[in-house]
Amino acid sequence: MSKDVHDRIIAIIAEQAMLDPSEVRPDMSPADLGIDSLGMVESIFAIEEAFDISIPFNANEPDQSDFDVSTVGSITAAVEKLVADRG
Amino acid sequence: MNPTGLKAEGATGSDAAVDDAPATPLAAPVLTPEPPRSGLRRVVVTGSGTVNALGLNVPDTMAAMREGRCGITRLDFRDVERLTVQIGAQIHDWEPEAHFNRQQILLYDKFTQFSLLAAKEAVAQSGLAFHGELGLCSGVVLGTAGGGLNTWDENYRVVYEEGKNRVHPFVVPKLMNNAAASHVSMEFGLRGPAFTVATACASSNHAMGLAFQMIRSGGAKVMLTGGSEAMLCFGGVKAWEGLRVMSKDACRPFSANRNGMVQGEGAGVFVFEDYDHARARGADILAEVVGFAMSADAQDIVMPSAQGAERAITGAMKDARLNPEEVGYINAHGTGTAANDKTECAAVAHAFGHHADRLMISSTKSMHGHVIGGTGAVELLACIMALRDGVIAPTIGYEEPDPECALDVVPNTAREAKVDAVLSNAFAFGGLNAVLALKRA
Repeated sequence: MSKDVHDRIIAIIAEQAMLDPSEVRPDMSPADLGIDSLGMVESIFAIEEAFDISIPFNANEPDQSDFDVSTVGSITAAVEKLVADRG
Repeated sequence: MNPTGLKAEGATGSDAAVDDAPATPLAAPVLTPEPPRSGLRRVVVTGSGTVNALGLNVPDTMAAMREGRCGITRLDFRDVERLTVQIGAQIHDWEPEAHFNRQQILLYDKFTQFSLLAAKEAVAQSGLAFHGELGLCSGVVLGTAGGGLNTWDENYRVVYEEGKNRVHPFVVPKLMNNAAASHVSMEFGLRGPAFTVATACASSNHAMGLAFQMIRSGGAKVMLTGGSEAMLCFGGVKAWEGLRVMSKDACRPFSANRNGMVQGEGAGVFVFEDYDHARARGADILAEVVGFAMSADAQDIVMPSAQGAERAITGAMKDARLNPEEVGYINAHGTGTAANDKTECAAVAHAFGHHADRLMISSTKSMHGHVIGGTGAVELLACIMALRDGVIAPTIGYEEPDPECALDVVPNTAREAKVDAVLSNAFAFGGLNAVLALKRA
């Protein structure tokens, strides 16, 4: 399941960045991918819809939310945890 | 104050980088004097009215602003438990039955009710009656972003959730954005220009600016103007939640730990009047409206631009023939979002140069919430209070200085100060900016 979750998250981020999923690496930040704050909010909405989870994210303080959006890797890890917690 | 680095972020589009080059510190700009304009009328404010979470009239609202009282509470309406944001500056003691009859309540959405009550207070203060000739050359221009949003929300619920196939016959006349302006025109017999402006969070500043221009150009003698919003319902707040810019705990404009805006509701309505007309009848003049400017960022649908805001600020001073040094107070847009407050401070710092460190700027949204399309109208009360009573309303909820908002934001406590000229800022989603300039009467 984890690989499937991971691939689906990457696909959502890649679509937002208008890139091929193979071009999205875990160490990339949203800025590296050309995703601005509104794009980030859109991606998070798409991830919430895809996995039926609620992501604690406030665009005013992206660094302070419990949900770490600094890199692709941190996003996929946080989403995988929320999906696992959901059961 | 170092404005360098205080630049708008998130700019998109290929020209943005050029347009958004970092501001360099400037001496207080000296605006080129323009030749006198003949034929223009002076415009004064002779009445004010409001309904908002701080009070159901102007005296109560100004008292709350002086005390630095917060009108933000837990929201209370149907399905509120399904919202992630559950605070707002809601008018909890709103009783339409105290102000309107049964038939009127059926016909008036809450945003219209707020507008009418505020308009009645303003007209009563002005002492005007619009019989005969005066009614023909008087009008109304009001701002609202959502119009009859409660009516949309309630009736969508009826047809979609409850599956009914019939709605009340007055749904359309209740929800239309011009309903409030139309009912105000009918209430007082205003037969001249009457319309509604919808520019999101700048709606009422745009409305008041147009009212000012109409009287100044001789197109009307008296205009009722301001704006109204009643968006605190399940659908209204749910839509805002989506953007993830709302705070779940408090509105703290300019504070380093600010975490978003908090919605409010209510209305502000003013009587703008031709100066000679007001003078001839011996009216009590609350303030003079001396300038207005609007601009468009033409850049991004939600991220503000310091350059667009600065052009409106500078434009209003130029229109008013004011030098930056004459401005003592600015009522800020000050939403409490990360993006607005730093961008607005950068715009003010650049527009005023060294004088930016000497003027006061506060956001009263920390008290009455963001009244969206009505917010500039409620905030004009803080401008009138500054000019008339010499009391500067504070920015409450201020906890930590932010180097990107290094201006005198009048933190937490109102201040006594004599000011001769003020500005009121409004910067809307969509990049639409509207700034008014007023002087002491």
